[in-house]
Parts: sequence; structure tokens; C-alpha cells
Amino acid sequence: MPPVAETIKAKFPEAFVRATEFRGDLAVELKREGLLDVARYLHDDLEMDYDYIVHVSSVDWLGEPVRFEVVWEVYSVIHRHRIRIKTRVPESDPVVESLTSLWKGAEFMEREVYDMMGIRFAHHPDLRRILMPDEYTEGYPLRKDFPLVGKGWRDTFDFMEKGSPADAPTPPASPGGAGTRPSSALDPGR
Amino acid sequence: MINIGSESGGGKDGDIGMVTLTLEKAVNWARKGSLWPLTFGLACCAIEMIAAVSSRYDMDRYGAGVFRASPRQSDLMIVAGTVCRRMAPVIRKVYDQMPEPKYVIAMGSCATSGNIYNSYAVVQGVDRFVPVDIYVPGCPPTPEALFDGILRLQEKIMQERVFVQREAYGAIKS
Repeated sequence: MPPVAETIKAKFPEAFVRATEFRGDLAVELKREGLLDVARYLHDDLEMDYDYIVHVSSVDWLGEPVRFEVVWEVYSVIHRHRIRIKTRVPESDPVVESLTSLWKGAEFMEREVYDMMGIRFAHHPDLRRILMPDEYTEGYPLRKDFPLVGKGWRDTFDFMEKGSPADAPTPPASPGGAGTRPSSALDPGR
Repeated sequence: MINIGSESGGGKDGDIGMVTLTLEKAVNWARKGSLWPLTFGLACCAIEMIAAVSSRYDMDRYGAGVFRASPRQSDLMIVAGTVCRRMAPVIRKVYDQMPEPKYVIAMGSCATSGNIYNSYAVVQGVDRFVPVDIYVPGCPPTPEALFDGILRLQEKIMQERVFVQREAYGAIKS
């Protein structure tokens, strides 16, 4: 196990779950209760000094007992080392502590995770949708049980007048994406 | 197309004694030769559209090189790229602000049909909410393909009846 992971395990035995290394990239999985303490240590300690947030993302392990996983990747500009922090959250209670108090740059990326996967971040300063419109009601598009073509929003043009050609009924979505394409709903008539 | 010539057949610029053509053709000829496009670059197609206006291809040769940043000065909207559902009302609003007569080119597979992006966010063709005159295939289309679309649009404009009222298409909610 790499020394950074050893240190985390020694300092936070109750939060540490496992550490994995793949092609030189270190990933540490933590319990979500201890996440903020470990992250603060990684951010503040001068030996660690992970001062730069690279990315925040999430994984949907559909079918596994604890379904969701949130991933933060942080980097140290001084020490030139990086680490991946992972935490699992269950579908019944998809809440995890926000790390924006440590890395301000995580704010928008955590909003994206919330928007796409429906994981809520506690103590986030402004947890709203960021890519989809605020009034979007179909759910969280990147979840594995979300239909690929959505639930009709993309074919609904509510800014058009009723009875206009865009109001033509949406053809049934063909499974697998292949099949006949709908003919154009419009006849420009020019 | 247009018969501009002199009675004496001199053919020099300063030597045109008479022009014979219908008013309709004159109007159409003027319209097709001054298509001012509106930039609506949404994705990689926009890069090819930029190449089409730049010096190597020079779309101005067809009178369609004066790209406007405002829909109120535009005749032609070139929808170049993937149309996301969230962009749809914006495209429609910009289209509604263009003065008549106005034309739309759906440039590339995405604007035409959504291309491979059969997803929750991508509109399956811009013709779902604005009337499209010309569809240019390609992913992305080359500048030559866009030129073909513009030349075909010019042919289409030459066929138009100028003094006949056209039906407005799909007005938006006021």
C-alpha cells in the first residue's frame, strides 16, 4: 500500500475502507461519516497538501447493495501527487458531505453530480441543477435505470402554440435506438 | 436566369440599354444575392461554417458572407450543430425575430435529425420547431457541401412567388 494510504489508514482507522492502486493512480475508499475529516486532513496537512480539486464525479453501481459512489480527485501542486477519494451512498439516503468548504472549485462539479445522479451534498452553498433546467422533472438522467431517450421532455416544445406542427404526437421510442425515424413533423410548404 | 442585355448586344457594363425581366424575378434575384446569414453555431459544424466564410472558400462570392450577430438584420439562419432541448426556445425566439422573408438551413446530421445523439437532451431535428428549407448532410459537412446548400436555397428563392401571401408557420405563444 502506498505511504499516503498507510498514513490515512493509521490516522483514520474508523473511516478507512480500502485503498487500491491502478497503474500508479491511488484511490482511497472511505466511509461517508469520516469523509470530511479525512478530506480536511488531506487538504490542510503540509505533507499531504492536496490544494487543487481536479474533478468530482459519481458512479451508479445498479444492483449492488450500496448503489451510488461519489468520487473526488484532488492534486497537490507543490508535491505533484494526486489521490482519488471515493465514498459509497445508498439509494435510500443519497446524501454525502460537500467538500466545497475545503475546495471551492468543487461547487459546480458537485452541482453536476446532483443534477445528473441525484446525490445530495450536505452543507453545499448552492445546490441547484446546473445543466438541466430548474423545472426539469424527469429525474436524474445519468442513473442507469433512466431511459436513454428520457421521458418525453426532449420532444415537448411547450413554447410553441397548441396545434402547431411541432405538436404532432411523439413517435414511440424504438428499443435499442434503431428502427424507423419519424418523418418530419413539418411541411414548410415553400 | 435573368435576361440582362442590351438591344445592340454590346454587353459592356456601361452599354446596357434595356433590361427585360419580371418584377418577381428582379426581387428574387436581389434576395438570393444578398442572403445575410445569422450565426447559429452550436457544435463542430460551426467550425466548417467558419471555414466556409474564410478566405480559402469565401462564401461572400454567393452574397452570403455578411454574417450578422443580430437576427433583426438576417435573412438566413444556418443552424450548425447539435440542438439541445434547452437551446430550442432560444432558436425559436431568434427565428421569430428575423424579418420576412427568412430561410433556415439545417447544417449537418445533428440539426437535421439528431444524428447519433438519441438521448434525453438532444432534439431529433431542428425541423421540430422551425421550418427548414435546406438540409445539408454530413458530419460535419464540408464548406463545399454548405455551398451546395446555399446554391440550392438560391435556386429555391428564384422559384418563389413574391406577391403571394404565405402562411405563417407555427407561431409561438404570445
